[in-house]
Order: sequence, then C-alpha cells, then structure tokens
Amino acid sequence: MGLRSLAVGTFALCLAATACAEPLTGTLKKIKETNSITLGYRESSIPFSYLDDQQRPIGYALEICYQIVDQVKKELTLPNLEVRLNPVTSATRIPLMANGTIDLECGSTTNNEERRRQVDFTNAHFLTASKFVAKKAAGVATIDALKGKSVASTSGTTNIKQLNEFNASRKLGITILPAKDHAEGFLMVETDRATAFVMDDILLAGLVANSKNPNEYIISQDAFSLAEPYAIMLRRDDPQFKQLVDRATAAFFKSPQGPKLFRKWFQSPIPPRGVVLNVALDGVLKRAFENPSDSSDPKAY
Amino acid sequence: MNYHWNWHIFWDVSPDGANSYLDLLLQGLLWTVATALCAWLLALVLGTCVGVARTARVAPARRLAKWYVEVFRNVPLLVQLFLWYFVLPELLPPAVGLWLKQLHYSSFLTAVVGLGLFMSARVAEQLRAGIESIPPGQRAAATALGLAGSQTYRHVLLPLAFRIILPPLTSEFLNTIKNTSTALTIGLLELTAQARSMQEFTFQVFEAFTAATVLYLAVNLCVVSAMHYVEARLVIPGFIVRK
Repeated sequence: MGLRSLAVGTFALCLAATACAEPLTGTLKKIKETNSITLGYRESSIPFSYLDDQQRPIGYALEICYQIVDQVKKELTLPNLEVRLNPVTSATRIPLMANGTIDLECGSTTNNEERRRQVDFTNAHFLTASKFVAKKAAGVATIDALKGKSVASTSGTTNIKQLNEFNASRKLGITILPAKDHAEGFLMVETDRATAFVMDDILLAGLVANSKNPNEYIISQDAFSLAEPYAIMLRRDDPQFKQLVDRATAAFFKSPQGPKLFRKWFQSPIPPRGVVLNVALDGVLKRAFENPSDSSDPKAY
Repeated sequence: MNYHWNWHIFWDVSPDGANSYLDLLLQGLLWTVATALCAWLLALVLGTCVGVARTARVAPARRLAKWYVEVFRNVPLLVQLFLWYFVLPELLPPAVGLWLKQLHYSSFLTAVVGLGLFMSARVAEQLRAGIESIPPGQRAAATALGLAGSQTYRHVLLPLAFRIILPPLTSEFLNTIKNTSTALTIGLLELTAQARSMQEFTFQVFEAFTAATVLYLAVNLCVVSAMHYVEARLVIPGFIVRK
C-alpha cells in the first residue's frame, strides 16, 4: 500500500508541478517529508515583519511568504501543510537558516553580493535608499550640510559604510556615532546626541511616523546610495525550491494582488498605532513589481 | 548544515575599504582591553574606599557605603549604562548636557565610568569580606601598638585582606573584561560589536563569533596567568596555607 500511495502521490505531484522530471530535493523534500514549513520573522521591522499589539507576527514580507506557502501547498499537493513561525534576529537568521530551522526569512534583509555567497534571495519585494533624518530645527537639508556634525547610523549596516565613504570622499569631517539598533540611532537624534541618523528611508519613515512628534522631523531628499533591494532569503544551492519561490513571487507581484498588498502596508493605517507610511509605488519600486528580479545589483532595477 | 565556511574571510577587505576584517576585530579587542583596564582601575580605587568604609568604626560611613554597594550591584549593568548615557545628560543643565553628548569619546568614557562603578560595588563587598575574615586580634594588636585607624588599615588590615581576596579579585577582573561587551549598546565598537558587524556584512556568523571567542579566551588566559604570578609573589608564608 505504501508503495502504491507513494506512486500515486508522485504522479499527482508531477501533474501539479510544471517541471517534474527529477525527484524532490533540498527544502522541498524536507517540506514534503515533514508536512511543515517554517517561516522566520523579525520582531520589529515595521512594516515588513513585526509583532502587533497582541504579539502576533504580521507584516508585508510575511504576507508574501504566505503566498509562497500557498504555491508550495499547490505544487506539492499538501493542503494541510503546517506553517510554523520562528522569530529571528540579525545575528540568528543565518545559523537558523543554515541548520534548517527556518526555510524562508521574511523580513527586510538587503540582497547584496557579499551575502549571496552564504544564502540566496528571491525577487525583491521592496527597494530602499540610504537617507538621513534630522530635526527640522537643525536646518540640515543636504548631505553637505552635515559637515562637521555628529551623525549616527546603526553599526554593522551598509548605511554606516556608505556614510563613511561619503565622509571620506567629500571631506565632510563628520563624527560618526555607531548605534546598536535603529531605535537607538533615532533616539540619538531625538535627544540631540546626533544631528542626523542615516538609515534606509523606509525604516526612517517608520521611526518618524511612530515618534512622539512626527512633524518635528524631516527625511532628506539626498540619498547616500541607489535604492537597494530587500528580498526574502532562502538557502543557497537549492535550485528546486528557489525556482518555486521565484515563480510564486513573480506571479504575485505582477498580479493585481501585488500592488493591493503594497497599498495595504504602505498607504493605509497599519497596526499597532494606525500610522500611514505614505510610500508611493513608483520609480524603481514600480519597475520591480512589473519586472520582478532577484539581482543583487541596484543598477538592475 | 547548509553553511558555507570561509575562514579566509578574515583577510578580506572590510567595507571601510582600508582594513581587513581581522584588523577590525583587533581594533575591537583594543577597545575591549582599554575599557576593561580603565574600568578596573576605577573599580579598584573606588571599591577599596567603599570596602574600607563598610568596615569602618564610623556608623554614617558604614551606612553610606552600604547604600552605595546596594545601588550599584542591584541595578543591572545594562540599565546603568543606559542611565549614564541617555538619562544623565538630560538631567544636567542643557549646555552641560550637550557638551557631554558631543564629547568625542563619550561612549568609551561612559562605558568606563558605568562599568567601573558597577564593578567597584563588587570589589567593595569582597574587600569587606576579606577584612572581616582577618582575626580580630590583628586589629586589637594594631591599636595596642598605638596605630591610628588609617594606619591600622594601611599597614595591617589591607595588606592581609587583599592577599586573601586575590583569587576572587581575579574573577572580578575577568568579569570586567567580559562585561565590556555590554558597551556595544551605547555605541562602543569593542570586540563583540565588531564581530556582530562583521557577521552583518559577510553573513559568516560562525567565523566572526569563533574569532571573538578565541580572542576573549586568549586575553582572559593572559590575565589568569599574570594573576597566578602575582599571587605566588605576594604570598606570606605561614599566613594563608598553600598546598
């Protein structure tokens, strides 16, 4: 009976999947065997992946992951696939992905060349450039106006690296203050310890929207970089799973549901405090939705 | 495990364009050592004063010292660092607060002060235990010889007490070194902070934290052997029985 049901199952699978010459490998094999998939989520990456006021993980990236899960259910004919959620931090996401605890990381992880030596990324779900936030009262509008000031950025990010490069190449003489995390970097501006805080513009928008007095702050027009892609992370050297995930996300972004989901998280009030981030779906973002890409090169978007 | 080991990563150029990742880790180690040494010096000086006050014959001094110890050892170190770094400047007059915030080495100085005060409470308690473990006859004999209170401490009690508490003091020194890692929360780029930023850039988590572990272990083993040497040199034959 076991052999027969296996044969029937494989046959059904081949009908469902577009290309099914080879048997299941890697993550898909694991999902099939355990009838479960584990999504990694971040606890404070608003609006991508975070905990709401009831401590439930929600967010834009998490909803995209649920779309991928639906595709997995369909292609592997696992209608009762169990979806587990596992919290990750910037330090635990790699070990947990490498040892198989999580299968997808649904957050705001930048897809870049160095990281691709360790993991793989699917199609970008967001693009963001490095900008700075300052108090309006400080009267700094451009990067050059930061000359000689103290500027914070989160340690270990590409943002602080870009700030370093600008500081050196334009001889700005900025004192760079590394902050432990985004909340602390913003706190440095709030308490006047730093004139400005350099970070991905979307994260700055979230910090400002959630601050005590959002009107007190201004986000720069000047950017330190081209917009870089955020993407869902998966294990490297797992072509079968990667193809499925790419296919699922590309179809989703091009369908009407893609822009609809974007509007839900970036143009409508979001939990927990009902703030609106007011991000327009234009420029590089629009192109990324029309022509989904998993490239790590910002110029490709 | 689907992990791509790459031990050569330490020699790769880091995002600052000039230094390799190994250089960054070693720079972090220097900050760790500098912070630990300064904080330990502060802890020893303050801890000695408070420890002496804890055993003094003057009641108000004893009470004050007790309060000092309870405040600094009962508030978590992380909270203390946050209070010093974020709250203190807001309580000062705005001009002084701003000056403090914009000091060039403000995270280093805050870490030294915060860690030094935290550890000083622990040093003080050990010194008190050391002084109290000395037979009362010693103090009585010193008084009989005509020594004043300060002379009793200077020539009789402290030299003995410090010898007694040398082994736990070694542990406290090691704790000081390890506790410097909390300073990453106030922006000090010490060893743990550098390891974290290295893993963030490269995603080579295990290599980064292995290197940090090895460096901490190496520094601490150096301290342990140095303290063993000090212990052996300072031992008073016949006073503390050694096997």
